[in-house]
Amino acid sequence: MQPLVISRTAIVNSLGAGLAATANALRDRRSGLAPCAFENVALNTYVGQVAGLENERIRPDLAEYDCRNNRLAQVGLQQDGFAESIEAAIQKYGADRIGVFMGTSTSGILQTELAYRRRDSESGALPADFHYAQTQNTFSLADFVQRYFGLKGPSVVVSSACSSTAKVFGNAARMIAAGVCDAAIVGGVDTLCLTTLYGFNSLGLVSQSPCRPYDVNRDGISLGEGAGFALLEKQSTQSAGEMLLLGIGESSDAYHMSTPHPEGMGAKLAIQSALNAAGLRPEDIDYVNLHGTSTKSNDASEDKAVYGVFGAKTPCSSTKGWTGHLLGAAGITEAIISMLAIENSLIPGSLNTLDLDPELKSNYQINNLAIPVNRVVSNSFGFGGSNCSLVLGRAI
Amino acid sequence: MKIYVEGVGLLGPGLNGWHFSLSCLTANEAYVSAPTELKASELLPAAERRRTGVPVKLSLAVGQEAFANAQRDPATTATVFSSSGGDGDNLHHICETLAVAELEVSPTRFHNSVHNAAAGYWSIATHSQEPSTSLCCYDASFSSGLLESTTQIVVDGIPVALIAYDHPYPEPLHAVRHIGGNFGVALVLTPNVTEHTFAALDVSLVANIDCPTPMTDPALETLRASIPAARALPLLAALARKSQEVVFLEYVAGNYLRVAVQPC
Repeated sequence: MQPLVISRTAIVNSLGAGLAATANALRDRRSGLAPCAFENVALNTYVGQVAGLENERIRPDLAEYDCRNNRLAQVGLQQDGFAESIEAAIQKYGADRIGVFMGTSTSGILQTELAYRRRDSESGALPADFHYAQTQNTFSLADFVQRYFGLKGPSVVVSSACSSTAKVFGNAARMIAAGVCDAAIVGGVDTLCLTTLYGFNSLGLVSQSPCRPYDVNRDGISLGEGAGFALLEKQSTQSAGEMLLLGIGESSDAYHMSTPHPEGMGAKLAIQSALNAAGLRPEDIDYVNLHGTSTKSNDASEDKAVYGVFGAKTPCSSTKGWTGHLLGAAGITEAIISMLAIENSLIPGSLNTLDLDPELKSNYQINNLAIPVNRVVSNSFGFGGSNCSLVLGRAI
Repeated sequence: MKIYVEGVGLLGPGLNGWHFSLSCLTANEAYVSAPTELKASELLPAAERRRTGVPVKLSLAVGQEAFANAQRDPATTATVFSSSGGDGDNLHHICETLAVAELEVSPTRFHNSVHNAAAGYWSIATHSQEPSTSLCCYDASFSSGLLESTTQIVVDGIPVALIAYDHPYPEPLHAVRHIGGNFGVALVLTPNVTEHTFAALDVSLVANIDCPTPMTDPALETLRASIPAARALPLLAALARKSQEVVFLEYVAGNYLRVAVQPC
């Protein structure tokens, strides 16, 4: 594929608001996970919660979009000079030539969960202040972002569980290649809600400890919330040092709704297809940011795929010990972490992992590794067997 | 952006399959509304079949019909799924459970709650490991799916099946989001003419249009306007008439999807 320039990124998660907060936490090996004190949740688990969303006020003209997910989106759009870059892009391309491709798994479902607690005791009706289209509907996030900047181009939400915000890079790349738009905001948001906390718990996939990816004693995920955005533009004249989207690969497991293929077949297809799209070989990749959820089955399956493609040489790690599993926001968050690894010449190791599972054969990094990083593969795999791998790197 | 149609699948109120629906879509016979005839798909193993809701039944039915009409293998075809609301029954049950003190969410309900559940079951049913994406664009979910399918076809040069579906929420959500019935539509689309091609589509995004193309039959127009996936009807009617036509489908931010239909 024709590489695209990633000219600006912005990020918020439990490590803090802005790229520097995440970069510093990675360098200092400080986790954002803490014992769960979210809403009335009575689960013994750790979560990566974003502080201060309770006090965030949605811009008045978009007040009907007020929900935790769009609040976190708004905080994200205000970080790292992102909004200023979009204003400049509007001047450069026009508001109708900038697409919005957002990913989210649960959108504003928390708003609906809370509204169901306030149903009219006689009629059963939802409260009058519940705005379905602006909060619950899966499109709400892209609608919010598009209106936030007054954009008039193509706009859609991809909701394919935990691969959502990796896959949006593909939607944007195709729209730009087809000439439907010249630039795109990609990324997305997922926020804590009762559905995912109790849902993953019902599947026996939530750990009582901070998650320990690739540990022999790993026993499940820690949930988190976060937002991440990137501005993608066509590459006009290649200038060295620019951050690029080099390739993307997508596949389906065709195996099970909530368990990955035991041999990692779908994951391997996605990684290989991303390398093919980038025109690169496995040995061209300096680091693999794993999906690494810390469940028994995900890490075992992904290890087979990664070992199958890269062997035991290429350093890899999961960064979920820092942020928790951000579900639909995992793809963009880990793509941005991959770019931070390149910019800071730092491969983040794995937090909380003490005893590496001897069954897993990839070159898994527990400690941070300060070495030059030019090209990274970032993996995101979701329920329904939805797989996506990105290849990110600097223009050389 | 030019793409080609090989096969269509359709299931909705009074629309029990593509070939069955041709006579009312071409206005040769009056459209008579009737409840959508849902059946569990035989493509899924029995254990999986029991767990599926209306969206999966709709998707598998229209997808299977479209591929049969196209005589193409679903195992080697990428898919685009699009729905405004996903599985509304399932969402309602989860929110109802979470509103009371028990807080015991069913694991099956939870894994079926993802917006890509229909895509997941489709890949299991057809053994397709090809890329699949699951989209939402509120009332413009069908046209959004068609735009995404079109860019995949022209940029990657691959065939793509578009499957769009919607079904009504139960109360109390029905009161705040009215969806007028169970509706699914599938299109098997290709980058080149094949021996099964029956129409070419030229798809583009345009502004400055007053309104989307309506249906001439009032009952079909009501259906079009009340179900997001049924916003496909003007395109389906043009395909059914086998005439050269241009239709405008609802999109977002003041834009429309212009689709020029050319029989071949």
